[in-house]
Amino acid sequence: MQTLDHTLDEILNLAAVHFKVPREKLSPDDDFFKTLGIDSLQTLDLLTRLENHFHVELPDYELQGVTDFRTLAGKIQARL
Amino acid sequence: MQEFKGQAISWELREGVVELLLHRPPCNELGSLSLTELEEFAAALDDVEKSAHALIIHSELKSGFCAGADLRELYERSETMGKSAAVQGVRDFLERIHRVLNRIDESPLSTIAAVHGVTFGGGFELALVCDLIIADKMARFCFPELRLGLVPGFGGIPRLKRDLGNAVVRDLLLTGRSFNAAKAQQIGLVSQVVSEAEALRAARATAAQMGKFDRATAAAAKAFIKPIPYDELRREIDIFCDLFSRPAVRAGLKKFVESTDAQPYLP
Repeated sequence: MQTLDHTLDEILNLAAVHFKVPREKLSPDDDFFKTLGIDSLQTLDLLTRLENHFHVELPDYELQGVTDFRTLAGKIQARL
Repeated sequence: MQEFKGQAISWELREGVVELLLHRPPCNELGSLSLTELEEFAAALDDVEKSAHALIIHSELKSGFCAGADLRELYERSETMGKSAAVQGVRDFLERIHRVLNRIDESPLSTIAAVHGVTFGGGFELALVCDLIIADKMARFCFPELRLGLVPGFGGIPRLKRDLGNAVVRDLLLTGRSFNAAKAQQIGLVSQVVSEAEALRAARATAAQMGKFDRATAAAAKAFIKPIPYDELRREIDIFCDLFSRPAVRAGLKKFVESTDAQPYLP
C-alpha cells in the first residue's frame, strides 16, 4: 500500500494540474479552498477527481471541516 | 414543430432522435421559466412521437446536467407571500412539473439522460425519468433535500425506489450524500460510464441502436419493464407540501441562498 506522503503528493500534483496552479505554490497544510480559489461546484469536481484517481469513495460528510491537503490525504489513505 | 429554442431549454428533432438541451446558467436550475418551456416540450411530444424513436436529454453547461430546483426563486417568491399562499404556490408548481415528468416517463420513445457534473436534486429526478442514464466519469449525483427540511419533490423517491434497492435509496435520502458515476453504475443507476465530455456521443450511439427495432415492440417492452408509480408520486407531493409549511424550511432556504460556504449543499 502506498504511504501517506505518496498520497499527499499525488493530491497536490492533481490539484496543480487541474486547477492550473504551479505545483511549488501548493503546500500540504494549505487551505485548499483558498489556495485553489475554488467554489462549491469546483469542490465537487475536485472530490470526484480524487475518487476517480484513487478509486475510493469519499462520502461528503466525512470531509466536512476538512480544509487542508494533509488531512484530506489522511481521509483518502484510510480508504485505500 | 421540429425544433424549439427557448431561454432555458431547446430541442431539435433529427433523424428520429429528439435532443432536449438544457442551457440555463449557472447549472440549469429548474424554476418557473424552465418549467414553462418544459411544458411546451411536453405538449409537442404528441407530434414528435410520430416521427421519432428516441429522446436524449443533456446539458450544454460545463457545470453539469442540472443542479435541481431553483431554490433562490423558491425562497424569494415564498418571502413575498403568506404561508398558505406559499404552500399553494409550491403545490401548483409541483403538480405542473409532475405532469411534465410523467409525460416524459410515459412516452413510448426510448429516453436517455446523458449526464455530466452536477446532477443534484431535481436534476437527478429529471434523469430518473429517463429509461437509461449515461454518465461521464465526472458526473455526481445527490438528493440533498433533507438539508432544507424537505424531501425530493419532483418524483425522485418513487422513481428511485422503482429502480434501486432499499439500502441505496435510504442511504442517499437519509444522509444526503453525493456519489460519483462509478458508484452509480455499481448500484445499477447508470448503464454506461464514459470519459469526460463523451456522454452525449455515447447517448447518440445508443439512440441509433434503439432505432433499429420495431417501435411498437420497443414501446410495449418499455411499458412492461418501467411501470409508473402514480400513487406514490401523488403522496410525494402531499408530503412535500406538508413539510414546506414548517418554519424550518424557510430558515433552511434562507441559509442556503445566503451561504458563501464552498460546500453549501452539505447539511
